[in-house]
Amino acid sequence: MTVTLPDQPAKTPAGQLDDAGKPPWRDRINWARLTPYLLIVPAVLMELLVHVIPMVVGIFISFIKLTQVYITNWSSAPWAGLDNYGVALRFGNSQGKALLQSFGLSLAFAVLCVGISFLFGMATSLVLQRKFRGRGLLRTLFLIPYALPAYAGIITWKFMFQRDNGLINELLTNDLHLTGDRPFWLIGGNAFVAVLVVSIWQQWPFAFLMTMAGMQSIPDDLYEAAAIDGASVWQQIRYITLGIMTPINSVLLLLLFLWTFREFNTPFVLFGAVPPKSADLLTVHIYNSSFITWNFGFGSAMSVLLMLFLIVVSALWALWNRRVNRRYA
Amino acid sequence: MKIRTPRSTVRGLAVTASAVALLALAACSGSSDNGAASSSAGSVSGSGGSGAGATITYWASNQGSSLDNDKKVLQPEIDKFTQQTGIKVNLEVVPWSDLTNNTLSAAVSGQGPDVLNIGNTNAATFQSTGAFYPFDDAALQQFGGKQHWVDSAFATAGVAGQPVTSLPLYSQVYALYYNKKMFAAAGLQPPKTWAELVSAAQKLTDASKGVYGVAIPGGTVNVSMHYSFIFGSQNGGAPFDAKGQPTFTSDGMVEGVQQYVDLMGKDKVVNPSLAQDSDNSQAPAAFAQGKAAMYMTQTSGINVLRQNGMDPDAYGIVPIPAPADGTKISSFVAGTNISVFKNTKNLDASLQFVKFMTSDAEQAILNKSYTTIPPVAGLKASFDAAPEQLSVWSDILNNYSKPLPLVSSVQAFQANVGGAVVRLIAQAATGNQVDSDTVKSALSDAQQKMPTS
Repeated sequence: MTVTLPDQPAKTPAGQLDDAGKPPWRDRINWARLTPYLLIVPAVLMELLVHVIPMVVGIFISFIKLTQVYITNWSSAPWAGLDNYGVALRFGNSQGKALLQSFGLSLAFAVLCVGISFLFGMATSLVLQRKFRGRGLLRTLFLIPYALPAYAGIITWKFMFQRDNGLINELLTNDLHLTGDRPFWLIGGNAFVAVLVVSIWQQWPFAFLMTMAGMQSIPDDLYEAAAIDGASVWQQIRYITLGIMTPINSVLLLLLFLWTFREFNTPFVLFGAVPPKSADLLTVHIYNSSFITWNFGFGSAMSVLLMLFLIVVSALWALWNRRVNRRYA
Repeated sequence: MKIRTPRSTVRGLAVTASAVALLALAACSGSSDNGAASSSAGSVSGSGGSGAGATITYWASNQGSSLDNDKKVLQPEIDKFTQQTGIKVNLEVVPWSDLTNNTLSAAVSGQGPDVLNIGNTNAATFQSTGAFYPFDDAALQQFGGKQHWVDSAFATAGVAGQPVTSLPLYSQVYALYYNKKMFAAAGLQPPKTWAELVSAAQKLTDASKGVYGVAIPGGTVNVSMHYSFIFGSQNGGAPFDAKGQPTFTSDGMVEGVQQYVDLMGKDKVVNPSLAQDSDNSQAPAAFAQGKAAMYMTQTSGINVLRQNGMDPDAYGIVPIPAPADGTKISSFVAGTNISVFKNTKNLDASLQFVKFMTSDAEQAILNKSYTTIPPVAGLKASFDAAPEQLSVWSDILNNYSKPLPLVSSVQAFQANVGGAVVRLIAQAATGNQVDSDTVKSALSDAQQKMPTS
């Protein structure tokens, strides 16, 4: 369906008066040129309100010493210059070191979560491309984690990860006898595994949804032709499925990475405001430095650094994506 | 298929959308015109004064065994107040886990309740925000002056030398609760020194049956800070020096935290699973169910234990013992204060409500219900407990308590030291050795996170 915008109105020559001797103001406005701008005004204003203004305010806060003393009158907070950034990036002191550790942890978490979610999604989509009884049911079942309210899902996992009466330890220790002593999942080193498992559980249905939609757009003829030419199943997946889906997968991987890297709900609901060191992801780390200790300038500086990193990632992706698009254009 | 949209329709749509967006933006940026209240402006009118007919919002803290329990306690008193003054009160009970952040948001946005409760630990921090109504000497006269409260409680209302921004409502202290039956069965007497406590705890611990000597809320940040202060004080330490600078790594503080963490690590008298208790709910449950013989908590623990099925006659109460050569400190003067937001539009009604809540009659009713100690002069604790227990509470308040330092960074102290102690307990629970170097390093990290003034 195509929507055609109205034709260009006939222009009134400049200075020409109407019958009443006044300039026809309606004709002086070029509605055809103005209409597209008016249509995007709401989006632009909302973008300003919801994203741009808070972001600019956040950047401003990163340059001042905003603590509880100035919280009711920000303008009186002393100018900090680059001090907040200096503290965050001085990796020799405890705060800089903690930020670096948190960054490394978040990176590992994002790479593992995205990688495993993508693999799960891709593999499941491939299997569910073939028609069989119960396929629709399985598709619905796999999408449930994505449809559930995040908090409800995570709090259920929190109960399951309890040491004494959690379902996970019941299974591992009592049923399968894999461990002698009940391990901790919400404190200590295993906390990283716990937050990773819950995040993958939440993310992989989206990867499944996207890859399934992508695979449905690939014509069957291609597979049939490849089979006639003697291509193995793996070659069909490698050269047809993955080849044609490269543009879709590149967007999917970027989205998953951005979402995962700034994941807040999962660690916060699982561990509260003081996560174990092994699960001290960047967003909760920043929240801790900002809201718990009321050092908003320092927290904002770390947020700006996080934003800069994600911008760099997005820019690198855009460069790579341009090459991909050229190849598949 | 092509759809030709009439030019006027597209144009109308565009103009309408833009207008709606602009209106929405204008609505969002609209701010309430709050008349900021100043100390001199407010005075409590008599019954039926200018506040009559007003409606105020009150954020009550969770003092009872549940949010519902708080509503049951407070609503009849609020109805009484409305009947007396004609002022309506919207009651909202806020859990402690949300109260600080909600108060902070209200201070930043200027959109908050008229009256609210705060933990007295945070009194100095909130005072420094300038968001609360200052009760100077003239304003205090409306409530009977400073002398309306006992000195130790009023000292928690704010930094000395400045008009306070909160008034004491409920006082509490920490004590050691011990299970009478378990102690009697083992032939033990309540401990008088820390060594006796550890020794008794070891005798009462039988991990194979899931029974331990002590229950601690190992993952609860604010309680961990409270313990670090109490045990640090027992060992001659203090979290801040005279100038208000943090001294978390002083020998006394390190020894105090080590003493606490050793319960989990070296002494092994605590169920390791309690390292996950992040809201102080599993520890009282373990004590009430006979899974632990001792539990250190505040006065309001009586209510919580009763909710868990344990009546006061099942446990005894003694001051938390100190090391034999240490200082006999069992608690700080804990409690809850009441404050008025500076930008309330209903200052007169708010002050009338504060006067009502801090009056002798209401203090007697509320503190009895909440099993807390009345902070007003002349009233004694009257909650449902054995007479000897009531005298122990008074003894702790009068002889074994030390005030928390009233510095503006006490909130950061709670977050950083409380958080560090929670992580040390987790380390000990997961089998890692926590020695004095580990403790000192953790406290040093916490100290470096403190805001510089």
